[in-house]
Amino acid sequence: MNKVVSGPDVALEGLTDGMTLMVGGFGLCGIPENTIAALVRKGVKNLTCISNNAGVDDFGLGLLLQSKQIKKMISSYVGENAEFERQMLSGELEVDLIPQGSLAERCRAGGAGIPAFFTPAGYGTEVAEGKEVREFNGKPHILESWLRADFAIVKAWKGDTSGNLVYKRTARNFNPMMAMAGKITIAEVEHLVKPGEIDPDAVHTPGIFVQRIFQGSNYEKRIEQRTVRKRM
Amino acid sequence: MPLDKNQMAKRIARELQHGYYVNLGIGIPTLVANYVPEGIDVVFQSENGILGMGPFPYEGEEDADLINAGKQTVTLLDGASIFDSATSFAMIRGQHVQLTVLGAMEITDQGDIANWKIPGKMVKGMGGAMDLVASAENIIVCMLHTNKAGESKLLKECTLPLTGVKCVKKVVTDLGVFDITPEGFKLLERAPGVSVDEIKAKTEGRLVVEGEVPEMVI
Repeated sequence: MNKVVSGPDVALEGLTDGMTLMVGGFGLCGIPENTIAALVRKGVKNLTCISNNAGVDDFGLGLLLQSKQIKKMISSYVGENAEFERQMLSGELEVDLIPQGSLAERCRAGGAGIPAFFTPAGYGTEVAEGKEVREFNGKPHILESWLRADFAIVKAWKGDTSGNLVYKRTARNFNPMMAMAGKITIAEVEHLVKPGEIDPDAVHTPGIFVQRIFQGSNYEKRIEQRTVRKRM
Repeated sequence: MPLDKNQMAKRIARELQHGYYVNLGIGIPTLVANYVPEGIDVVFQSENGILGMGPFPYEGEEDADLINAGKQTVTLLDGASIFDSATSFAMIRGQHVQLTVLGAMEITDQGDIANWKIPGKMVKGMGGAMDLVASAENIIVCMLHTNKAGESKLLKECTLPLTGVKCVKKVVTDLGVFDITPEGFKLLERAPGVSVDEIKAKTEGRLVVEGEVPEMVI
């Protein structure tokens, strides 16, 4: 089944104002750079973005914040972005901060058809406000619901034309769960290959979860914290 | 003399036990990895998807696709594995990780912790901290004893939004080591040259001092 589209602009066909998007990545690691750039070009507005982080001021989802295309962010950690903080504190941007493990599991649940689950994370905190609490094994847990998206945008290292994906190192992060939870999932890959070139045992995201795939280009892969040690 | 950040990390490293899987938070907790005692074999987990995290790469060998939860470039040790975020938090919530070390802005004598938000000022988000503190069997908090104004951060009640309730088991500050007990912060060790009186004066929460409190050898 061939899911290849020519590039990010075509991949975004049908994405309109007010939609909910999931965007893969952890920090700037494993983010769909090409598709984010195409979203800026497309100029769609009032987006709800579900992503672990919000990029930095001039890269990643920060680009969509600068252009004020995001109405609401659902994230776990947004510390590296001054424009984000400004928009949030001024009330221009709605923000829903949720624990990272709950975010991951809520995306997974969305893709897996599990409407809600109980987790201990956030019990007794702001996160638990308005949520059902139930004890299991004598310990309180809160009810968290699934997350699903109109479009999920993910980045993989390698993919085949049927949408099977392989991620590299920690660029995997949220991408596999988000790929499962999108009505339309767009995968951009560094290497687009023919079916059969990925060992079936090595597939991280089976192609059933991917509707559109293209080979990206000019990856910047910016490093947020370059930490090294000296050679002895 | 209060402990410096490396001494705090070194002291916490003594809590590591052979065979532990350990998650280290951002900041001083990350330094604990530099002081693993001889003969102790532990595996470091990074919640963005690594078991078997190694040291920083040599200059020129950084890989943008290989970072830790603090977004720093790292390496993998032989035998490492990589996984997605849902699997990572399954390890954490499922209590497969034996020890979590993290920083805090405030803690209480009942083991409550606040470390993710200062309303109206700083809102960075909780990241994985709420999942970690809600699940880990063994949580050590590593923090300065007082804020810049000299006020205690070891309190009766947190003033900041909570990260977790009744979860912290042990605290290592620049002034001492404390267990959280039903009676409050139990002073186990003092930093070299720091008196019990100084610790009493700088601890707002309930403090338990039993007999002679040994001075830490660091």
